[in-house]
Amino acid sequence: MTDHPELDQRLATLWRVESPRLIARLMRLVGDLDTAEELAQDVFVAAIEKWRQDGVPDNPAAWLNTTARFLAVDRIRRRDTRRGKYHLVAASQPQAVEHDPDEIVDGDLAEDLLGLIFMACHPILSPDARSALTLKLVCGLSTDDVARAFLTPAPTIAQRIVRAKRTLAAAKVRFELPPESERPARLDAVREVIYLVFNEGHSATSGDQWIRGDLCAEALRLGRMLAALTPSDTETLGLLALIELQASRLRARTGPDGEPVLLLDQDRTRWDRLLIQRGLANIDRIERLGGTVGPYALQAAIAACHARATVAEDTDWERITALYDGLARISPSPVVELNRGVATAQAFGPAAGLEVVLPLLDVPGMRDYHLLYAVAGDLLCRSGAHEQAREHFLRAAAITRNGVERRTMQGRAAECVAGHALST
Amino acid sequence: MRYMVMHYQTQEMEDGVLPSAEQQAAIGQYMQEAAMSGVLLSGEGVSSSSEGARVQVDDGNVRVIDGPFAEAKELIAGFAILEVDSLDEAVEHARKFALLVGTERVDVRRVVEFEDLQRGR
Repeated sequence: MTDHPELDQRLATLWRVESPRLIARLMRLVGDLDTAEELAQDVFVAAIEKWRQDGVPDNPAAWLNTTARFLAVDRIRRRDTRRGKYHLVAASQPQAVEHDPDEIVDGDLAEDLLGLIFMACHPILSPDARSALTLKLVCGLSTDDVARAFLTPAPTIAQRIVRAKRTLAAAKVRFELPPESERPARLDAVREVIYLVFNEGHSATSGDQWIRGDLCAEALRLGRMLAALTPSDTETLGLLALIELQASRLRARTGPDGEPVLLLDQDRTRWDRLLIQRGLANIDRIERLGGTVGPYALQAAIAACHARATVAEDTDWERITALYDGLARISPSPVVELNRGVATAQAFGPAAGLEVVLPLLDVPGMRDYHLLYAVAGDLLCRSGAHEQAREHFLRAAAITRNGVERRTMQGRAAECVAGHALST
Repeated sequence: MRYMVMHYQTQEMEDGVLPSAEQQAAIGQYMQEAAMSGVLLSGEGVSSSSEGARVQVDDGNVRVIDGPFAEAKELIAGFAILEVDSLDEAVEHARKFALLVGTERVDVRRVVEFEDLQRGR
């Protein structure tokens, strides 16, 4: 912080825009994350000193980059000198300290950034640590921003990040691009982090807000970055298409009082046309690249079915059911099964849907999953079993941690009583 | 929030002088860098106004004027739509673009969102 509020703001913006690539480049030069981060901080301290006197240069990004390279070269030389490697040279030619920063090749920025992303999403880290570290390093957020985004106290996040870096250091993880054989698995780990961050924003598990737009925005930024860095990776394109299509509906997912509005009840004129266009274009790109049957691309294809229907009645539920059947085969999970049940009910009626959904009530991990009870309640209600439906809605209300969802479920339960009275 | 970053024609662009190999490389580098920063949603460039037309409405009378138009510097040469946190962030991207591509003027304008229209009601 300086005593110039305008300069402070400029520096904060520049940190957000430039620090990821600065740290990525530094990491390639010096090898380890701690030193790279420390040098990036030093670059900004130098910028404050210099710019307070002379003003901000026309091309601050170039200045930061040159200074970073200079500091890195200086650090490497001192380190080597300490090791005695160039001891003799240094002693005999004390004048030869002038180091041309251009001697160190800039390298490929895409590879540098990819290396940084792989490090932040390293499989030895816990999922929480990966998300926090990725938002901080790759999105250029401050620890406070990350804490706000996750509704977690700043000291907790700070500690989580410190511990993550210690884990990386202890395991001697240095800047690396994983060998081709390991790449698919490592990319999977990165996509998982991005999708976790998106989902935490898309359907907040805690707090009183139903959607955390800031987390969605960071996940989208990360998804676009990764797609730009690995342009022919169809699953990454699938992930990007999936989250852009899901994000296209964010504005329509909340009613005037902050309550969730279900997909079929949404005002589709509020959907974001630009994001839909981008999502559908990426799905076409996947096709042109030879297609994929990966889980993200399949989910994106499902999201695209909704995006293509200008009114809910036009939704191609049979196609969606077929896509869910495929998804259930390649990555079976109770949650996929639940969605398959919803699609089946839309395509072939509530009784067919209940056949898929009701067995899930016996799956141990699903007993505390509020959405299962919400769906079961809805399908039972539609098949006229109002009393059973009411019990399921009340169960959903009792176990959700989200205040908005709880009120919605209580409302549906009350409707069931009314519906029951009406039908008897 | 979204910003539309628009750059203006230079006389050379308007005269149909194709960008040099270096300029093309610079534009390519910029687009690649913008994509890698995860903020670029869309962007296009337009050709000389000699290939375009202008629809002019005076007192309800429509006139179609074929290009080229005078005042090259008043003509938009292309745009990009960026998804960023703030005007400041959009400006930093616009600054890089202007310096790399060698355009003389870039306007940075916030894209009107649905919520803005709601407020106007």
